[in-house]
Amino acid sequence: MSDLNTAMIEKYRSSFLKEVEANVEEGEWVKMCMQCGVCSGSCPLGKHWEHPPQEIFMMIRAGKREDVLSSDSMWMCTSCYNCIARCPRGLPITHIMHGLAVYSKRLGLTPQKQPTAEFSQIFWDNLMKKGRVNELKLGLSMYFKDGFGQGIKNAMANQKLGQNMMKAKRMNAMEFFGGHSVKDLSGFQKIIKKAQEIEAGNIKDFK
Amino acid sequence: MADDKKFAGYVCTGCGLGERLDAGQLETTATRDGKMQSCKQHEMLCSTEGVQMIKDDIANDAVTHVMIAACSRRAKVEAFNFTDVALTRANLREGVIWVRPDTDENKETTQEMADDYIRMACAELKSMAKPSASGEQSLIKNILVVGGGITGMTAAIETAAAGYPVHLVEKSGALGGAVGSYYKVVPTRSPYDAPAENPIPALSEAIEADGNITVHLNSTLTKTDGAPGRFSVDITTESGTTETVSIGAIVQASGWKPYDANQLPEFAYGKSQDVVTNHELEALAVAANGGPIKRPSDGKEVQSVCFIQNAGQCSDKDGHLTYFAGVTDLVSIKQAMYFKELNGECDTTILFDNLRTPGAGGEDFYRAGQNAMVTFSKGIASEVVPGDSLTVKFEDKILNEQTEMACDLVVLATGMEPNSGPDPYAQLMVDEAEDEAEKAKAQAMLENAPPSILNLQYRQGTDLPHLKNGFTDSHFICFPYETRRTGIYSAGPVRRPMDIQQARDDATGAALKAIQAAENAGLGRAAHPRTGDLSFPSFRKEGCTQCKRCTVECPFGAINEDEEGYPMYNESRCRRCGTCMGACPVRVISFENYSVETVNQQIKNVDIPEEWDEKPRILVLACENDAYPALDQAAQAGVEINPWARVIPVRCLGSVSLSWVTDALNNGFDGIVMMGCRRDDDYQCHFVRGSAMAAERMSKVGDTLDTLNLEPERVILHEVAITDVERAPQLINDMAETVEKIGLSPFKF
Repeated sequence: MSDLNTAMIEKYRSSFLKEVEANVEEGEWVKMCMQCGVCSGSCPLGKHWEHPPQEIFMMIRAGKREDVLSSDSMWMCTSCYNCIARCPRGLPITHIMHGLAVYSKRLGLTPQKQPTAEFSQIFWDNLMKKGRVNELKLGLSMYFKDGFGQGIKNAMANQKLGQNMMKAKRMNAMEFFGGHSVKDLSGFQKIIKKAQEIEAGNIKDFK
Repeated sequence: MADDKKFAGYVCTGCGLGERLDAGQLETTATRDGKMQSCKQHEMLCSTEGVQMIKDDIANDAVTHVMIAACSRRAKVEAFNFTDVALTRANLREGVIWVRPDTDENKETTQEMADDYIRMACAELKSMAKPSASGEQSLIKNILVVGGGITGMTAAIETAAAGYPVHLVEKSGALGGAVGSYYKVVPTRSPYDAPAENPIPALSEAIEADGNITVHLNSTLTKTDGAPGRFSVDITTESGTTETVSIGAIVQASGWKPYDANQLPEFAYGKSQDVVTNHELEALAVAANGGPIKRPSDGKEVQSVCFIQNAGQCSDKDGHLTYFAGVTDLVSIKQAMYFKELNGECDTTILFDNLRTPGAGGEDFYRAGQNAMVTFSKGIASEVVPGDSLTVKFEDKILNEQTEMACDLVVLATGMEPNSGPDPYAQLMVDEAEDEAEKAKAQAMLENAPPSILNLQYRQGTDLPHLKNGFTDSHFICFPYETRRTGIYSAGPVRRPMDIQQARDDATGAALKAIQAAENAGLGRAAHPRTGDLSFPSFRKEGCTQCKRCTVECPFGAINEDEEGYPMYNESRCRRCGTCMGACPVRVISFENYSVETVNQQIKNVDIPEEWDEKPRILVLACENDAYPALDQAAQAGVEINPWARVIPVRCLGSVSLSWVTDALNNGFDGIVMMGCRRDDDYQCHFVRGSAMAAERMSKVGDTLDTLNLEPERVILHEVAITDVERAPQLINDMAETVEKIGLSPFKF
């Protein structure tokens, strides 16, 4: 059988739906969507989404695995919870969107330079170092994520803001050196590592 | 005879009538103008003492005719229920004081109104007789149920449970009908989470065990003669033996037939054995015998199935059904769950446009289907390409793309068609078609008419009239079981597409209506909507010209013709609407308490002021079913009606005789407003055709007005619903304005 035929047969089969159900947080809810479109209509950022939630759910049922997981739509979610509040079927849509984003990240299918994905990674890396968020370094990482030249430009543009934050004691320049930490840093890192192991163990192979 | 009659009037002064009106004058009007032999006042006529006063007069003074001047005839009916006398009511409360403002300058016109209503009531009473049954009736308790499907079986069981013997006639060799061959059914009990056991075996057992039910298998009705309460029915078996039974009333539950999917070549029906209808899938599921469902072509276990919703229904395409079967979405969910139950990991997709899951548990069952991993895709299928694996081409309406999927089996969710007899009015539709296309359609329907089910020996044809798409006609909103043949009730999918639970509810309702009809017929009383009415039409044979108009125009096919062509009324088939009375060109048809004369006398006894008094008179003929109650409600709400109106309730606008219009105009009325129910396609007329007949007859009233040299605006006919509380009085007031504009009638003498 040619690849084309295989692809066609995979269409509208529930294999991807089953994968989502198994591997995506709250993914078992996707089959319960009744395609009313209230979520898409309620999303304040809806027009910036390539595929609004209703469409994502339909694409999952239609077996469009690559299209869904490499889409930047679920990264657009700002967790305003409008969709959850309004969904007549009670789907936790916000959580499903985050679950899909996490799964796409895990599989390395997240689009390059997706700002939310980039910020999330920087935030995570920053947090993992000391178990606490270092605001100064987080800000600087964001400024310089697109190279040194762009970083300087960003820093100059926000110079006033930075100075004011220091004056108001909202930011401490000394944080640049080391910075504050949780009491038991190695214990914290062990907890995270264990959690990641458990999570990875739950992922089922659908290849 | 005249000596035997004694007329008594009673004027109520309660509810503010005494304060607003001059009761003494009303009494004088009743005795002087109305020729009542006696007239009494009472401060609260509907009280126990008031009613007792009237009862005593009837008992002691041999009063035979009673005129009550109080509230509307629709109020206090229990109190003023005197069965042994002729009774009329002058409506002084809702008709006069509640619609007129309580001011000095209006006092005179208000009193005139009240006086007129008294005169009218008295005049009506003079030409009325006490209604009594014809004596032709008999009580036969047997109920005939036609059709042994789930509707018929339920109707039979319910009827027998109420203590009435049942004859259950089934054309085929076994009870069960369509549902009998199903694997499982849509659940009707909470928690609605899985297909339920087929109820037919349990019902069959119940029927077998019931000594009150006689089952006739392999049988049809070859003749149904008579009327409710005295039907004589020939039940003939396939082998030709005939049994004649006496029947009180009939339930027709002839069910439905599946849509012919051969009209769907685009879905490869007939080209591939693996394209089946929802009806055929049931057989596959039964044949699987608890194992996996196999596809017909090669016996392979089905691993993927696609359901195409609304195949050949809800569509304007040629050969498609324009309406939705109502149940096919639930059926597809049920059948998709068969695959989840029997075929394990089978992929099931339902392609729908609008998924409709009616009923108490419909939404729960839909959710149960989703939970079982049935995939619901909003998409419209355009083609099925046959092959080893079938390809379904469709438009995904959410993703907005033309796409396709492969599957082992395609199920077409096709619609239901009623299993009715031939429409008795098919020929009439051909004759009355307005254009060639309509005529061709009607002609095709006439030529492809199905065989008769009831074989009624009625002047107007052998079977129940149709409404739309071949379903039996019934008053859809208010009295769904009432067909246009009294004492014959249709139930189940022959009446409209419905699911099992609805059909069973329908069957129960129809069974109870049939029992009522048999009992009413036994007492000579009318069925719905004039339930209990004992009056029935009779005609003056010397005057009859055998024109047959009454026999043709009766909406209920009640009237047969004898050998000489005279009408035979069959009072137990009659609904007492009076459409025959309105039809009769020589005015020979009358009821004991309602006739051309009773209304004519009311019209003639309205006091018409001289032209220079500048007090117009407007005659309102209001249908007692909708328009008159609407006016009553308006009165309760305090909506004003102009003081020139004189309202006469009529049984149906269909009973309105053209002579009433002519006489009213000749007598000096300035305008006539007729109010009937909505007619034609989405009719609300309680007598189905009455309002439409009236509209047709009145379309010729222009000629009358021409001969009298009167303006056409003086006569108007309106469709009024019972909810038109603001509008109904407005229509009367509009006529007053019209009269003011065009001036008073010159016919004031």
